[in-house]
Amino acid sequence: MAFLEFKNVRIAGIAAGVPKNVVSNYTLKQGEDISADYTPEAFVETTGVKERRCSETLTTSDLSFAAAEKLIAELGWDKKEIEALIFVSQTADYFLPATACILQNRLGLSKECYAEDVALGCSGWVYGLSNVASLVATGKIKKALLLAGDAKKRSKMKRDPLFGDAGTATAIEYVEDATGFNFHFGTNGSGYDAIITPDGGSRNQVSPDSFELKEYEGKMMHSLQTHMKGIDVFAFGITTAPKSIKKLAEHFEFDYQDYDYFVFHQANMKMNNQIVKKLKLEPEKVPSCMYQFGNTSSASIPLTIVSQLKGQFENQLTKFICCGFGVGLSWGTVAFDTQDVLIPEIVEVKDDEDNYGYKL
Amino acid sequence: MELKDFIENFAAQFDDTDVSEIKAETVFKELDEWSSLIALSLIAMVDEEYDVTLKGEDIRTSNTVEDLFNVVKSKQ
Repeated sequence: MAFLEFKNVRIAGIAAGVPKNVVSNYTLKQGEDISADYTPEAFVETTGVKERRCSETLTTSDLSFAAAEKLIAELGWDKKEIEALIFVSQTADYFLPATACILQNRLGLSKECYAEDVALGCSGWVYGLSNVASLVATGKIKKALLLAGDAKKRSKMKRDPLFGDAGTATAIEYVEDATGFNFHFGTNGSGYDAIITPDGGSRNQVSPDSFELKEYEGKMMHSLQTHMKGIDVFAFGITTAPKSIKKLAEHFEFDYQDYDYFVFHQANMKMNNQIVKKLKLEPEKVPSCMYQFGNTSSASIPLTIVSQLKGQFENQLTKFICCGFGVGLSWGTVAFDTQDVLIPEIVEVKDDEDNYGYKL
Repeated sequence: MELKDFIENFAAQFDDTDVSEIKAETVFKELDEWSSLIALSLIAMVDEEYDVTLKGEDIRTSNTVEDLFNVVKSKQ
């Protein structure tokens, strides 16, 4: 049973960065953007994704950087005091080095900094939070950043209209006697191919064949694109997420209905509605941002908090349960309280603000 | 579980298809309205009504509504 508990650590603030560029899903092309089987209207009705933010230039680290800069400035944190940075993403800037190292320098953090990448998607924010909480809970490191999201992919491709770009920053600090975080985690690698980018790693190296278009679930795709077995992912989500929340509540002996907000990974509307129904949650306790931003992978939980709850909870004691589930297959649920948490306005990043990076 | 109820629940996932068109022997993937989005609704319905999780494979290997009914029944 993968349960974890960390005390003396709390969330000080959460920020999100998205591309300024908005893409509507009502103008999708059948057989190209979406399967030839259904219309754009049917796609929007099922997934809930009306529009999303996309950029041809901005990477996840650009968006996370913008969110982090805003958050650090508004918190008034001294950058020298930030001693850990974890970057959660499946769209790292380079195959190597780790993007967390690049961000340490770009953000101007001290060289006395623990930095690492975590390659998880939909469950990633919850996993990253446990990593950062475990580092900070001992009090040796007092301030840390969790940057999480997904954006521009590793190869040019028709974008899947379910997904949007976002990068987020969560500031975590050591505070004696803070109630901390309770976690439950799970993994089922037998579903590794439910969401997979088949080529480009060392298992299937990039070759001319990688670019060959093949039919996959009614769409033409190449092997550097992410392939998803939608039906299997759906079945996984609606069974696993409710179970994980129930397990967490049982293990730590609380009634999950006592919580104020349930923030789920924004997979798609139909999946999330089913999860809410199974847990018998009051819909007003379950904020959602997929209508505006689509599925933003590991950014979706913090982006939902920033975009939907800003101005409604920051100063009073608020109890959250957050649950991420997806690619891996991997899932994690966390329960925590917040008070005096800082939520800056969403940072909208323009495409031409991308001027960072290395070229041969 | 009853085949009759299952057919009714199955038919309820469609908006434009005439309910009387859906019978035990209907090859559901040949219905005009069938799509992978309808499949998601179907999985949600089966999960809710029968507490069974269908996989993509179960839908791929079923031809008729009755085939699917039998899959659900065998998993209960």
